[in-house]
Amino acid sequence: MEPRAVEPDEHLFRHEAGRMVAVLTRLFGVHNLALAEDVVQDAFCRALEVWKFRGVPENPSAWLMATAKHRAIDVLRRERTARTFAPQLGRFLESEWTLAPVVHELLGAAAMQDDELRMMFSCCHPGLAEPAQIALILHILCGFSVGEVAAAFLSSTAAIEKRITRARKVLARSKKLFELSATDCSTRLSAVHRALYLLFNEGYHGASAESAVRVELCGEALRLAGLLRRHPLTATPATLALGALMCLHAARLPGRVDSSGELHALFEQNRSRWDRALIAEGQRLLDLSATGPELTQYHVEAAIASVHVRAQSPEETAWERIISLYDTLMAIHPSPVVALNRAIAVAQYQGPDRGLEEIRTIDGLDRLASYPFYPAALGELELRGGRPTPARDHFCKALALARSPMERRFIERRIGACLIGDCDPQE
Amino acid sequence: MSDFLFLYRGGDSSGSPEEMQQNMQKWVAWMKELGDSGHLKAIGNPLEPGGKVVKGKQKSITDGPYAEAKDMVGGYTLIEAKDLTQAAELSKGCPIFEKDGFVEVRPIMQINM
Repeated sequence: MEPRAVEPDEHLFRHEAGRMVAVLTRLFGVHNLALAEDVVQDAFCRALEVWKFRGVPENPSAWLMATAKHRAIDVLRRERTARTFAPQLGRFLESEWTLAPVVHELLGAAAMQDDELRMMFSCCHPGLAEPAQIALILHILCGFSVGEVAAAFLSSTAAIEKRITRARKVLARSKKLFELSATDCSTRLSAVHRALYLLFNEGYHGASAESAVRVELCGEALRLAGLLRRHPLTATPATLALGALMCLHAARLPGRVDSSGELHALFEQNRSRWDRALIAEGQRLLDLSATGPELTQYHVEAAIASVHVRAQSPEETAWERIISLYDTLMAIHPSPVVALNRAIAVAQYQGPDRGLEEIRTIDGLDRLASYPFYPAALGELELRGGRPTPARDHFCKALALARSPMERRFIERRIGACLIGDCDPQE
Repeated sequence: MSDFLFLYRGGDSSGSPEEMQQNMQKWVAWMKELGDSGHLKAIGNPLEPGGKVVKGKQKSITDGPYAEAKDMVGGYTLIEAKDLTQAAELSKGCPIFEKDGFVEVRPIMQINM
């Protein structure tokens, strides 16, 4: 069963837009990306006008693709002398005898799935910084408008516009879509993993205040990770582990942010709201990922998430196991944030003062200077240690660093807890 | 009951895929509502944006537009209503208003012979 973070048809247009742009880009060449987008936009305008009156047809994807196909053939006929299209297809597109058959073949269902993957790999171009890769994936493959990408990152439309325009130029230089051959694929796959991981994290922890946007970003990351699992060249153990990690975290989303948009820490979440189907899918993927010689960051993070979702309550969590998994994670992918999370687990297992000691010894602590959950963690542990005054100071620092109204309200609640000396965050 | 024609004029249908899908779904829901309340006589059709205008004694043929783009008829629907007031009231539910378009409500002439 596929994880269903979003309703199957809820984002039909967006998802079809991504697929159709990918496949038309193979036909037109990456340098004609804008042309592919125009054809897709035309197909959607047509769908909108017709479906308004006739309703959504039985197979909307096929309807859209057939419409885009006609339009693509028109464009190829009209522009074939003025433009160069995909170099490997050039000769076939020149002759009326081969034009339509080639277009039909290229737009077949089997080819299309590969094209989405190839577009995903193309977007993770080594010449692009990670934020640009993610913006490009959201824009091209997930059908987000520039304004929607900007809203997701709490950025200005102008800034995102600039980022995407620049990224498209880099992309256009590669002329054709990334080839999914064994050697090229494995070298770029880790960049693709990283981009999807960051996309998911942006939804899960990111700046976006609106919970609908957050769920959508997580949903998109889940969907794209699912595409990687469907191709033999990309369905590696790391891909499976990444999918497991996303499912196991996404399962907790309904408990993490409640219906009134309030953020809840893991310790105070209503665990009955966790999504059982996603947990089962995450566990299944985690089991499948346990092959091969490579232990990735995604394996370990998924394993940690799996320990959490298996526990009925914070007290029943296997904290010792979690600490040892964090030790492993520190060995393969050290970072101050990982160390901070490890320290919080130590506090759960051996008390708040041991946790505070661990925090003090973190390497590169200054890199957490603008991370609101660093002072928030200090505040939490001071509070649990029975020292509400320093706890309050830490939470006030955290409040100044909060990145969204949701984070702000969460920290304000903790400041409130300091005032009444209530160290138990459970409602 | 009398018959009325809704002419959908103008309206910007562009947008992100998400916005277009939402727009489309609003139309489908509105048409369904008209049908459920017994006011929909014929759902009608969308019109292609292009076309020709044939004009004058010379019968000269030119390409559109036939009106300002913002006023162009994009489709029509046949409605049944008690009177013109009710028909106009019914048109208020049309999603076209969110996209800067408008609905022209025209009574169909009653011919009693």
